[in-house]
Amino acid sequence: MNYRKHLLSTAIAATTLWSTSALAATEVQFWHAFTGRLGELVAEQVATFNSSQDDYAVVATHKGNYSETLNAGIAAFRAKEQPHLLMVFEVGTATMMGAKGAIKPVYEVMADAGAEFDPDAYIGSVKGYYTTTDGQMLSLPFNSSTPVLWVNNDALKDAGIDPSVDLSTWQQVDDVLGKLKEAGSECPLTTAWQSWIHLENLSAYHNTPFATKDNGFAGADTELALNGELQVQHIQAMGDWAQDGKFIYAGRRNEGGANFRAGECALFTESSAGYAGIKAEAQFDFSVRPLPYWDGVEGAPQNTIIGGASLWAMTGHEDEEYKGVAAFLNFLSTPDIQAKWHQDTGYLPITIAAGDKTKADGFYDENPGTDIAVIQMTANEPTANSKGLRLGSFDQIRGIIDEELEAVWTGDKTAQAALDSAAERGDKLLRRFEQASQ
Amino acid sequence: MQKRVTFNGWLLPMLLVLPQLLISAVFFFYPAGQALYQSLFIPDPFGLSSQFVGLGNFEYLLGDKYYRASFFTTALFSTLVTVVSMVPALLLAVLADRLIKGAGTYRTLLIWPYAVAPAVAGVLWLFMFNTRVGVVSWYLGQLGYDWNHVLNDGEAMGLVVVASAWGRISYNFLFFFAALQAVPRSVIEAAAIDGARFWRRFFTIVLPLLSPTTFFLLVVNIVYAFFETFGVIHTITSGGPQQATTILVYKVFSDGFVGQDLGSSAAQSVILLIVVGALTVFQFKFVEKRVHY
Repeated sequence: MNYRKHLLSTAIAATTLWSTSALAATEVQFWHAFTGRLGELVAEQVATFNSSQDDYAVVATHKGNYSETLNAGIAAFRAKEQPHLLMVFEVGTATMMGAKGAIKPVYEVMADAGAEFDPDAYIGSVKGYYTTTDGQMLSLPFNSSTPVLWVNNDALKDAGIDPSVDLSTWQQVDDVLGKLKEAGSECPLTTAWQSWIHLENLSAYHNTPFATKDNGFAGADTELALNGELQVQHIQAMGDWAQDGKFIYAGRRNEGGANFRAGECALFTESSAGYAGIKAEAQFDFSVRPLPYWDGVEGAPQNTIIGGASLWAMTGHEDEEYKGVAAFLNFLSTPDIQAKWHQDTGYLPITIAAGDKTKADGFYDENPGTDIAVIQMTANEPTANSKGLRLGSFDQIRGIIDEELEAVWTGDKTAQAALDSAAERGDKLLRRFEQASQ
Repeated sequence: MQKRVTFNGWLLPMLLVLPQLLISAVFFFYPAGQALYQSLFIPDPFGLSSQFVGLGNFEYLLGDKYYRASFFTTALFSTLVTVVSMVPALLLAVLADRLIKGAGTYRTLLIWPYAVAPAVAGVLWLFMFNTRVGVVSWYLGQLGYDWNHVLNDGEAMGLVVVASAWGRISYNFLFFFAALQAVPRSVIEAAAIDGARFWRRFFTIVLPLLSPTTFFLLVVNIVYAFFETFGVIHTITSGGPQQATTILVYKVFSDGFVGQDLGSSAAQSVILLIVVGALTVFQFKFVEKRVHY
């Protein structure tokens, strides 16, 4: 294993050496996790940047999925071959923050490079996830989305339900699910990313803590609070729907998307970034609604939180190279580039200016519903409960949550028992993370 | 009488075993020693710092009921994979051995699945049993059976066992087939003259004569089920549902490379090393006694 890693890093080092000598421009290595259409769009951004100036050349490399990219970055750091910029998904944020000697915070990169940098230009609830409690931006948000409710209007019509029916609250959804089931729907509701949508975002949206210590922002000695009254009630409701055949579970990631896009499911909770796929494939009339909330819970609806990834600058490079990093990050933040990214992908714009430009372009009028996510994110000033999550070993904790939720969907466990168990098992991982990052 | 070769002095014998010792040192003792050393620490993922915890990692692991359950899962999984890959292989080998026409084609076709990498085999099986678009699950649905290995732990286990064993059938077939050809015809003919039918000859003569091969395959297949089925599990179930298919080696991977918890991962490697070591000693001490060479 180690041997192979060395061989690989030597190969990478050799190619890097060769290519730096071939080009006069300072090279900036950028490792990302995008393939397919998103990969093409990233390549396009990089090409635009490289042709816009002669001093720096960004080299973008695909390193696998989110987990694999993070691991590649970690392995490379251990072999002292780390890239300048590493894309890390939001659940890896605490891991990166804990690695003080491995990362160079974005605000520092910008200050050292003498680059222009105005943190206020970025949308609060987007940058909040990647910002310290005293407002310093650690990594640059790259792709951010938030969960919304996708509706198959034709499926509602077939069940004799007016497609413009109000679906703002889970109580109203419950009512519609009942009608759909009665009308013979095989799949009234399905979901993607269950932990992210139905626990993490549920908590933030109802201004309820997901974990103590401001969801981990205020310290690594945080404990999970996801077995509170609100969460138990919601998961129990979904468990009951699952037992009644009103909620169909398709998988831990976005497997449910295939069912929805094929027209089998009436309602679908999924990221706003599902837009591109649904628009391309759906052979039916669909609409986007805000994520429902439980009527009667104080403080709801607050704001939802993001998912996605941000760009981290890693330590151990030359000052001149960090100037290139700063220039590239600033380039990504320009309104034109951001607005294009937002419109092409359905990801949220990271700056206020990009949102305004998209509106001015008339994009929201032409594509109704694409602004729902932005409105939902920015409707309220984020609170300590809705700023985001900063939990160590979070990828594994999500795995635990997935397992426990699956036990609820099959009817093996009650919501209370499953969430208690998830909290207990997750806390063990949090304690280990706390110990490791001391 | 045994023939003994003796050396004068120790230089030449040392020189002769040196390559083997070097290879063992570099590829076995060094990594194993590293794992043992790292299992006493909780390091941070980037290798910037690490806390000495003594046997804390082992305590943490053995206190976890999901980890303890993983031993049972591993035992069940490797037994099933071994049985499912060896019994059909033997049956196919016996049938192929009796063929006169087209034996070559038949043999070649049977060996093909071995060329498919485990992860690819995993994807193929996953595709057939996909709960939404899978061909097999569609037919099962037509028969009124609702296949869902995403939530049903028994179905998940069945699927990873079949996907893991499938390619192995070819491998085992190859060995059984070669061994069958080595069974002396005269013995079988003698039994046939005595009036023993095919299956009687098979159980009383052929099977005992195959025992060295069977034993070899048993050891190799158990090691395969323990270590090399990781790709299949990763692509089909990722260890789910509710860790029903999380075998020990998969947990080493997921803790180390998904959770970046290298201390726990190292401790698990050490435990795995002990388990497999004990298993191999057991096999050679007790099972091998029943093997006739």
